[in-house]
Amino acid sequence: MYLYDTIDQLLVDQRVEQFRDQVRRRMAGALSEDEFKPLRLMNGLYLQLHAYMLRVAIPYGTLSSDQMRKLVHIAEVYDKGYGHFTTRQNIQFNWPKLEQTPDILAELAAVQMHALQTSGSCIRNVTADQYAGAAAGEVADPRIVAEAIRQWSTLHPEFTFLPRKFKIAVTGSARDRAAVRVHDIGIVIKRNDQGEIGYEIIVGGGLGRTPMIGVKLREFLPERYLLSYLEAVLRVYNQAGRRDNKYKARIKILVHETGGEAFTSLVEAEWEQIRDSAVELPVGEYARIAEFFAPPPFEILSGDDGDYARDRLMDRDFANWARTNVASHKQPGYAIVNITLKPEGGIPGDATSEQMDAVATLAEQFSFSEIRVTHEQNLVLPYVRQADLYAVWQTLKRNGLATPNLGLISDIIACPGMDYCGLATARSIPLAQDISKRFADLEQQHHIGELKLKISGCINACGHHHVGHIGILGVDKRGEEFYQITLGGSADEAPSIGKIVGPAVAYDKVVDAIETLTDTYLAIRAGDERFVDTVRRAGVDPFKEALYADH
Amino acid sequence: MPIIKNGAVITDPWIAIADDEPIPVSRPVIVSLARWIAERETLATRNGPIGVRLRSDEHAEDIAADLDHLSLVAIEFPTLGDGRGYTTGRLLRERHGFTGELRAIGKLVRDVFPFLNRCGFDAIEARDDVEAAAWRQAVGAITVTYQNAVNRSTS
Repeated sequence: MYLYDTIDQLLVDQRVEQFRDQVRRRMAGALSEDEFKPLRLMNGLYLQLHAYMLRVAIPYGTLSSDQMRKLVHIAEVYDKGYGHFTTRQNIQFNWPKLEQTPDILAELAAVQMHALQTSGSCIRNVTADQYAGAAAGEVADPRIVAEAIRQWSTLHPEFTFLPRKFKIAVTGSARDRAAVRVHDIGIVIKRNDQGEIGYEIIVGGGLGRTPMIGVKLREFLPERYLLSYLEAVLRVYNQAGRRDNKYKARIKILVHETGGEAFTSLVEAEWEQIRDSAVELPVGEYARIAEFFAPPPFEILSGDDGDYARDRLMDRDFANWARTNVASHKQPGYAIVNITLKPEGGIPGDATSEQMDAVATLAEQFSFSEIRVTHEQNLVLPYVRQADLYAVWQTLKRNGLATPNLGLISDIIACPGMDYCGLATARSIPLAQDISKRFADLEQQHHIGELKLKISGCINACGHHHVGHIGILGVDKRGEEFYQITLGGSADEAPSIGKIVGPAVAYDKVVDAIETLTDTYLAIRAGDERFVDTVRRAGVDPFKEALYADH
Repeated sequence: MPIIKNGAVITDPWIAIADDEPIPVSRPVIVSLARWIAERETLATRNGPIGVRLRSDEHAEDIAADLDHLSLVAIEFPTLGDGRGYTTGRLLRERHGFTGELRAIGKLVRDVFPFLNRCGFDAIEARDDVEAAAWRQAVGAITVTYQNAVNRSTS
C-alpha cells in the first residue's frame, strides 16, 4: 500500500487546519452558506435531508486494517455506529455534526486519510479495479497510476472550479471491473507488441440525466505522457465546458456537442503545447510510488490447495459461497475474497462498526492487512491463501458477512434515495430490501445466475441504473413514487445503456415486475446465456409483453 | 473593494472605464476587451498605461497578440464557482509570457487566494478589508504543492 511521505502528511494536516478555520468562520457568520458550500464540498461535507453527511475518500478503494479501524472509531464516536460504502469506493457517514467535522478530518489524517475532493466541481477521488494487484491476467497494477493522479489532482490550482464534477477511473485489466467507459475519463493500462506500457484514454462517458459511453481519444498513449494528456483534457474542458446549465455541464455534453473527432483535435492541439513540460512526474517519482504497490510477500505455493477442494466437498454452504464470492488469483494457491454488503433485507453498502472491525481483523490475519472497496458497494480481501478460506468464511458468517450472492440479483447497487438524499424523488433502499427478500432463496438466485440490478432514486443516477442488466429509476408522479425499468445495460468492457421496457410501475408493483422479468428470462434463455445476453439477443419485447400483459 | 498587490493592500492607481465612458488622457485605465478591439489604434498610442478586462468567457488567445501594449490584464471571476479565469491566467503567464500585472477581479474570498497565486495572479480584488487582511495567512495555509504551476511568492 502507498504510505505518505512528509509532503503528503503535511498537506492533509494543513488542509485539516484550513478547514477548521473555514468551519469557524461559517459558524461565526463571516462566511455565508453560499460561500461556505463550495468550500465544505471540497472536503466532502454535504447538507442532506436530515443532517450533514461526510464522504471520506478511499483512494482507488484501498484500505489498510488500521485505516478501517479508524473508520470504526469514527462510526462509533461521531456517528450512529455504521458507515455506508459508496459506488465511488468511498465511505459516507450520515450523522456527523458540523462543528465536529474538523476533528473527524484530523482523526483521518492520523491514518493517512482525508475527505479531499470527494465532492464539489473538481477532480474527484480516483477509482480503480478492486482486484488491482491480485487479478489473474492483469497488465499492471492500476493503483500506481491512480496514486499519481491523486497527487496531481489534489488542490490543483487550475482545476478546482470546473464546470461540474470530474471522475477518473483506471483499470489494469482487459476485464473491466471499474466501469471506465462511463467515467469522465477512463484509463485502460495496456502493453504493446514491444512490451511497453501505455494507456487507452476514454473521455466523456457518464450516467446521470444523459447517459453516454465514452469516446476513445487514444488507443495507446505512451506511459510518460499520462499527466500532460490529462491536463490537456481538463484544460479544454475548463475553458469550453458549459456553465449555463448544470445539467449540461459535464464533459460528456461537451464531447457530444463538439463531436468526438473535433474534441480529440482540441485536446491534441493543447497537448502538443505542453507535452514534455513540467506537468509530468519527476523521473523516479513513478518508480517511488510503484514500490509501494509491489506484491506482498506471498508464500510460494505449488497450486490449488487440497484442503480447499475437500472443504467445498464437505460443506455445501461453503461451496456455494466459494462459487460466487471467491475469484481466482494471479498468485498460485491464493484467492480473492468478496464480502458482499447485501444481506437479505439489508441496506446495500451499509456496514456496522462491528462488521468493519471484523473485516479489519480478518485482513490482518489473512490478507496482508489490506482491504478493498468495490464500486458495487462490496468489500474485498485481495490476498487470501486458499487454505485459509474456510476459516475466513466461518468468521464472515458469524458477522453476517457471508451472503453468497456476488453478481446475483440480490447484489444490488442502490443510491441512498429519499431516506437520506435531498435530491431524490423516490425511495431506493426499501425497494432494494424488498427485492432481496423476494429473491431470498439462494438456489433460485443461482439458477437465475449473473444479474446486475441497480436502483436510482432520481434521474441523477447515482445508483447506476442505466448500466444495470435491470435498471430501476424512481420518479415522482403527482406525489407518488413510480419506477421506470430499463433492461440490457452494462458497465463492463462491452458497455451499453439500458432500454426502457415500458411505462413506469407503481412502488408496490415493482417486486412482482422484477420477478416477471426473471421468469421470462428463465423461460426463453438459450443454453447458459446470462440475463443480459438474453436481452441483447431477444430484445426487450418478450419482457415487455410479459410485464404489461399482467396488468 | 480593496486590491492586494504582491501581498500588500494598495491604493489602486487604475480606474475601470465603462464602455460608454470617455477615456481620461493619461491616467492608468482598464477597458473591456471589446473596447480595446474597437479602439486599438488610438488606445495603443495613448500616453498612459492601459489594461484590458476579460470576462470569464474570454480567453487568453483573444488578447495574446496585443500583450506588448498592455501593462495589466484583469480577469473577471463572477462567482466563486466560475473557474475559467484560472486557465486564462496561467496561459497568459506560461504560454504568452505576460509579465505585467495579472489581476483577479470579483468578490474574492481568502479561500481562493492560494489558487490564484499559483496560477500567476499578482493582484487580487478582495471582497472586503477582512478578506484582504487574511492574504498572508491564506496563501500560507498549505505550504506544499503537488503540481508545477506558476508559483508566485508565498510570503
